[in-house]
Amino acid sequence: MRCVVYILPAAKLTLLVTVMSLAMGFVLGMLLAVARVYGGPVLRFAAASYSRVVRSLPTLVMVFALYYVVLMTDFLGGSRLASAVLALGACSTAYQSEIFRGAIQSLGSGQMLAARSLGMSRPVALRNVILPQAVRLAIPAWSNEAAIVLKDSSLVSAVGTVELFRRAEHVAAATHDWLTAFLAVGLIYFCLTFLTNRGLDWVERRYRLKV
Amino acid sequence: MAEPILRIEDIHKAYGKTKVLRGVSFDVAPGEVVVIIGPSGTGKSTLLRCVNLLTVPDRGRVWLEGVELTDKAVDINKAREKIGMVFQEFNLFTHLTAVQNVMLALTKVKGMKTAEARARAERELEKVGLADKADLYPAELSGGQKQRVAIARALAMNPKVMLFDEPTSALDPELIGEVLEVMQALASQGMTMLVVSHELGFAREVADRIIFLEDGVIAEEGPPEQLFVNPRNPRTREFLYKLTELYGEHGEPKSRGRER
Ligand SMILES: Nc1ncnc2c1ncn2[C@@H]1O[C@H](COP(=O)(O)OP(=O)(O)OP(=O)(O)O)[C@@H](O)[C@H]1O
Ligand SMILES: [Mg+2]
Repeated sequence: MRCVVYILPAAKLTLLVTVMSLAMGFVLGMLLAVARVYGGPVLRFAAASYSRVVRSLPTLVMVFALYYVVLMTDFLGGSRLASAVLALGACSTAYQSEIFRGAIQSLGSGQMLAARSLGMSRPVALRNVILPQAVRLAIPAWSNEAAIVLKDSSLVSAVGTVELFRRAEHVAAATHDWLTAFLAVGLIYFCLTFLTNRGLDWVERRYRLKV
Repeated sequence: MAEPILRIEDIHKAYGKTKVLRGVSFDVAPGEVVVIIGPSGTGKSTLLRCVNLLTVPDRGRVWLEGVELTDKAVDINKAREKIGMVFQEFNLFTHLTAVQNVMLALTKVKGMKTAEARARAERELEKVGLADKADLYPAELSGGQKQRVAIARALAMNPKVMLFDEPTSALDPELIGEVLEVMQALASQGMTMLVVSHELGFAREVADRIIFLEDGVIAEEGPPEQLFVNPRNPRTREFLYKLTELYGEHGEPKSRGRER
């Protein structure tokens, strides 16, 4: 139990990395998804290629790659945290773009046609008709993605960000009790994931599209 | 004939190698009801979508009230406000209630305040007999009710012309009547209507003119009496015969008590 108390403060950083990565993935993933469905051939190809390439790379490779890019270019002051968010966010962008693309396509073309027939421009139709429905449809898959990013945030410990996992290593090294430290951090991850999923389940029930 | 409100001129449209429309031209007078019939895949939906440019024709021109919509300089969003469209699959916005469906374009396109839009939307729902369903979601409505909401949604924009693409084809037979009644009332109020439908009863009673579209061209057109009784084109006769066999019951629902 003492272990949990030592490790827990690092949850702040884990949550920060997770939330920022998910937010980045949400905004960029949504843009990519819209480009995939409504863009011209060039835009469609670019968006599809990004998603294909990034989804083929291990997240750990992205974490190291972005870390060295940020270090070398001194982007955002060469911050580890920034590189961590960029790496996880870049990966999540690819996965979220697939989630939102699927949701948009499952709406069918009729919604856009109806909106345009009423005189809405394409951006107005996207904002008021397509995306509100797509986001609702995407909640279950998005909830899954949120849990994955939360757990993958442990990978950024590899470049020295002291989030939960790295913190557990520190505690273990100090106490020489590795098993307890990793059981403790596992318990913390479980609780965080559980709460995230329960929260999103609630959101889904609240906003579910009646079809 | 009065100055046409809608003029369709030499519309061509191909998808890849498939030539769907091969030169369709006709005028529609104000208040006229034109029913378009024709075999499946012959380009009826494509033709309707070319009228409000949801599909851009490869060639040809569309005029509404003397303004050429196919002109690149025309703001097509503005023009579409004047052309209401009703779809076979209703296409109601599923995340919005009936009244919100009607309100959305009023606020986002016409820039109305919410209260004003709501009042207007409620009036339109009342006209199609759905005042009491205003706060239900599409999933909570029957097919006939959904289609009436869709009609109200289009009418709220104050269109000059209404396009209907097989508005009753997705409906159970017992729900067709309520939608046709709304359309008939609309026609009698002088709305200009372009209707793709195989409801022969409706066509006979409400249409001023019937267009028989086949293989992307107008094979025959004329007043219903002429097409039904004495078609010039043998293909028209054949098609109408098949249609009566297939859809006879729908075309002339017993509940509406029409003589054969
Ligand atoms: N977006 C599209 N891309 C490719 N082909 C299309 C597209 N829309 C329609 N077509 C083709 O054009 C032809 C005419 O289609 P359209 O929907 O206009 O016919 P229709 O007369 O409305 O038929 P139905 O009675 O089945 O509704 C069909 O062969 C269809 O496959
Ligand atoms: Mg059709």
